[in-house]
Amino acid sequence: MGATPEVANIEELIQRRLDEILPQRIEQALLAREESRTPSMTIIATKGTLDWAYPPFILASTAAALGWDVKIFFTFYGLNLLKKDISDLKVSPLGNPGMPMKMPFGPDWFKSLNWNIPNLIQAGIPGFESVATLLMKQTIKNNGVASIEELRSLSQEADVKFIACQMTVELFGFKHDDFIDRLDFAGAATFLPEAQKADVSLFI
Amino acid sequence: MNFDKYLDARGLNCPLPILRAKKALNDMTSGQVLHIISTDPGSVKDFAAFAKQTGNELLSSSENNKEFEFYLKRK
Repeated sequence: MGATPEVANIEELIQRRLDEILPQRIEQALLAREESRTPSMTIIATKGTLDWAYPPFILASTAAALGWDVKIFFTFYGLNLLKKDISDLKVSPLGNPGMPMKMPFGPDWFKSLNWNIPNLIQAGIPGFESVATLLMKQTIKNNGVASIEELRSLSQEADVKFIACQMTVELFGFKHDDFIDRLDFAGAATFLPEAQKADVSLFI
Repeated sequence: MNFDKYLDARGLNCPLPILRAKKALNDMTSGQVLHIISTDPGSVKDFAAFAKQTGNELLSSSENNKEFEFYLKRK
């Protein structure tokens, strides 16, 4: 006769104990899984100018230093960043109102001047882009900012995977020989499943 | 503080101090201490985040006359 209430008591006791313990245990298990998991990032690099070459390589090399798995898919103008010779990457102030135009040499008052040159004049001076690029490279050097070559090789050393868009290679008439070693030539179908699994996915 | 390796990151800008530190740590053994000096003001927060994410312990972080000094213990 007294068995049923006792069973009910035990059940209730178990239930109460489980309610106390379970959330804590689940929390611990989730934390342990989070700590043992390697974070991952995928980047689509689509720009081929000196200024836009920085974000993908800075983020990729830093993420690799943090222990993340990183893959970059280079497509369209981004393919320029994978060429053996990237000394000809340029930056253009033309039509780029966000770019400060300051001189990397001379006394401080001179260096702090911002040269607001109208687009029409910039466009009319032959070699304007080359001069702007030269000045930019000097500014980069003065500020102890790494070169693209350095960031690219640091990324590769840290096992960042580079995927080159095969379609763009053909579209722009490039040859595989134009590019650095250790690239995978592939397409969107290769990249997307990687991006799907990644914690961070960026389009640059 | 005692240390096993020294990294002069003065004059280098983001992300080079972190990348060089990571490289230096790769050549060290567990428990060894890396001493870093940098001039990049961003490196203060960056080294704290780096330590937190990678599990290498940031033993100390200090500023002295616009130079930043870090001691990192390898995991």
